[in-house]
Order: sequence, then C-alpha cells, then structure tokens
Amino acid sequence: MATLTEPSPAPAPTGPFTPATFRVAGREQEAPDVATLALEPTDGRSFAFHPGQFNMLTAFGVGEVPISISSRPGSRPLLHTIREVGPVTAALCRAPVGSLVGVRGPFGTDWGLDAFAHADVVVVAGGIGLAPLRGAVQVLLDRAGLPMGPRKVVVLVGARTPDQLIFRRDLDAWRAHAEVAVTVDMATSGWEGNVGVVTSLVGSAGFDAHRAMALVCGPEVMMRHTVQALIERGVLPTSIRLRVSLERNMQCGTGLCGHCQLGPFLLCRDGPVVTYPQASRLLAEAEL
Amino acid sequence: MSPSTASQLAAHPLFADLPPAAIGALSACASDVSFEPGELILTEGADAKTFYLLRQGKVALSAHAPGKGHLLVQTLGPGEALGLSWLFPPFLWQFDARAVERVEAFALDGPCLRAKLEGDPALGYELLKRFTPIVLERLQQTRLRLLDLYGNGTTSDGHPH
Repeated sequence: MATLTEPSPAPAPTGPFTPATFRVAGREQEAPDVATLALEPTDGRSFAFHPGQFNMLTAFGVGEVPISISSRPGSRPLLHTIREVGPVTAALCRAPVGSLVGVRGPFGTDWGLDAFAHADVVVVAGGIGLAPLRGAVQVLLDRAGLPMGPRKVVVLVGARTPDQLIFRRDLDAWRAHAEVAVTVDMATSGWEGNVGVVTSLVGSAGFDAHRAMALVCGPEVMMRHTVQALIERGVLPTSIRLRVSLERNMQCGTGLCGHCQLGPFLLCRDGPVVTYPQASRLLAEAEL
Repeated sequence: MSPSTASQLAAHPLFADLPPAAIGALSACASDVSFEPGELILTEGADAKTFYLLRQGKVALSAHAPGKGHLLVQTLGPGEALGLSWLFPPFLWQFDARAVERVEAFALDGPCLRAKLEGDPALGYELLKRFTPIVLERLQQTRLRLLDLYGNGTTSDGHPH
C-alpha cells in the first residue's frame, strides 16, 4: 500500500498544483471494483465545490488521477467514488481508513443546477457515471418544492449487473421524492428489476419533454444513444448536458498541460460538463 | 372483443392512426388477457401462436442455462409488444416469458392475424412498417449490450470518473 499511514503535518496548499492532505475517514465498497472514500481535510478547512466538478486525487508514491466528487456540496466528509481500473485507482480504492491521500481541486465545470428551476430534470447515468450525478440529485431533491426548485426529478440508471449497481441506499431513498428506474445489462432470476439498456428507460419515463432538462453521464457510446433517445422523446438539444471525458487524460487540471484537449476544448477547464450542442460534433468524430 | 376494447386497441401505440376497418380486422383476432406474477406466458420452443401488447405490468424474457438458472434477457413493460416469433418461420418462441408483476394485455392470435395480413397486403405492409422498428430497436439495444460498455477495460486511470 503506497498511501501514507503516519500522521504528518498538513502544509497549506501553495497553489493549484500542490495537493492538500486529506485523511481517509471511511471507505465503503459499492461494488466489487468500486469504492467510495470519505475524506476529511487534515487542516480542518472546509472544501467548497459544485456538483459535477472533479478533484485530482494522489495516492502517494503511486500517482495522481482525476476523480469526480460524489458528495453533496456543503456536506462532510468529502466523498469520491472510485473504480479500480489501474494502479493509482487500485491504491486509492484500497486506501485504509486513517491513511492520507492528496487532493487538488476542485476543477472543471459543474452541472449548473441554478438554471433548472421549474424544469422536469431527467438524470441518466450509466455505470460509474452515477458518481458525479449523486451530489446533483441530492441538491435537486433538496430544492424540490421550493420556488426555484425543479418541478420533478427523474433518475434513470443503467449498470452491467445487479452487483455492480452503486449507491443502492441512495436510489432507495430517492424513490420517496423522485421517479427512479434502474436497469441492468445482465441478470439472473433473483433480480426483479429491469433488464435492458438504460436508453430503453427514456421512452416510458414520466417527464414532460418540453420542459425537461437532462443530465447525462456514462460511457461515451451510452451517452450518444441516450441523447438520441432524449431528442426522439422531444427534449431540446440545448437542454441536454453531458459529462464528457472522452478518454482524455487529465493531468494538470488547470488547462495548462493540454493533455485533455479535445478539439477547441481543454476538458479539465472547459468541461467535463458541457452542453450537447457543444459536444455533438466532437462526440461524432472518431479518434479526435 | 367489445367496442370499448377495440377502441383501446386502436389507442395502443402500435396501432395508432390505423383506419377503423383495419382496427376491426385486428380486433377480430384480439382478446383481453391477464397474468399473475410468476405466471409463464411464453415457453421456449413452443409454437408461437400469440403475441401480446402489454397495457400494464412487467414481463421478463429469460433462457434457462444448466447450473445458472434463468438468465434474464430483457424486461418489457406497458406499451411494448411481447413476442415477435409469431410473424416469422419457424413460428417458435425463442425464450421463456414470465410475468414479474400482474400483467394486463391484448392477446392477438398469430395465425388469424397472419391470414388477415396475407389477405390485405396494404394492411400487411403497414403493420410490417410498424413491427420492423421494434425489431430494429431490440437489435440495436442488444448490440449496445454486446459492447459491454460498463465492463472492465472501458476506462483507465487518467480518465475521470
């Protein structure tokens, strides 16, 4: 394990390239290869962010990776839900409670939830794509019923198998105030939910397409087909926001290094949340 | 089938905007049915004599694999069509279909319907135009699932998630 386990002084960050130290206060295994780390700053300071933004997390001695913030703004601890896909994410997923990780951020654009007053908000997530949407859903549900809140919240979630479905407790809790539908690609007879692709949920979901705002996050192919289903349903392209990464390698997080460039965008700075009109041409181009 | 159920049939998305004469012909092959949770609706390998237009409830398509139980293929809900094999040889169901919740549906007699479509090519072509998108949609959804989009190897450490 490469994360630090001994307490150390927490130097104040000197800039966007210096990680602050956070202690792992809790760790929850969401799925066989997905864990949520609960982090507390070692200097006790608060950490402000907006839903949809990401942090660069450091597993000391291993490396640094961009990870979405999966908690609600203003709440503590700070949550990051991480899928184990390489050495850095593996080290983070297995970081023991009490160990230290580095945090730089928050970076990137957010979902822009202030624009969603009176809208029917449709949230479509595939796989780990639910992580950057969790805080957004929680904020939207907090605002439901308020004068500037959404009229309705619909959450559509796709996962590979039932055991890879993350945030099950949240999904159950959200059902009290939102329409929630879950589908999986593969299941056996013990599963009583839906089986099929997440796009198949769009047609029967209970929302008014003409007043809908859609938030979509998941693998790129899933997002393309979801957008198509939303537009067929009548949702305006300008009302669709995507969280794109398009396999771009995010490194500096500040738009300086250029590793995450996608056409005219530096996704760490101009994204990862973009509107569909911004993303449509880029999504259609292979190997851009 | 009663006039009221004929009008319900006309309101189903699959038959929307068909002329009254066509609805009348289809109604002659249709009946109201319901299934309780757990009830088997279609059996793999059996003659595909009926297809269903679901009005309420959920149906799970499955295939049995030794040692693995019933592998769920797809679930279908209100507004969807259950069963496509009645339209194409060898007219055999390819999967089991079981009610997950109480199901209410129109049952359409396949041989009766095929005879009507053969006898009225204009209606036959019109219905094929309505069935083909269902087949295409299911093919595309199956292809998406074949891609295993959420599986391992679809992302890496530098890719934010």
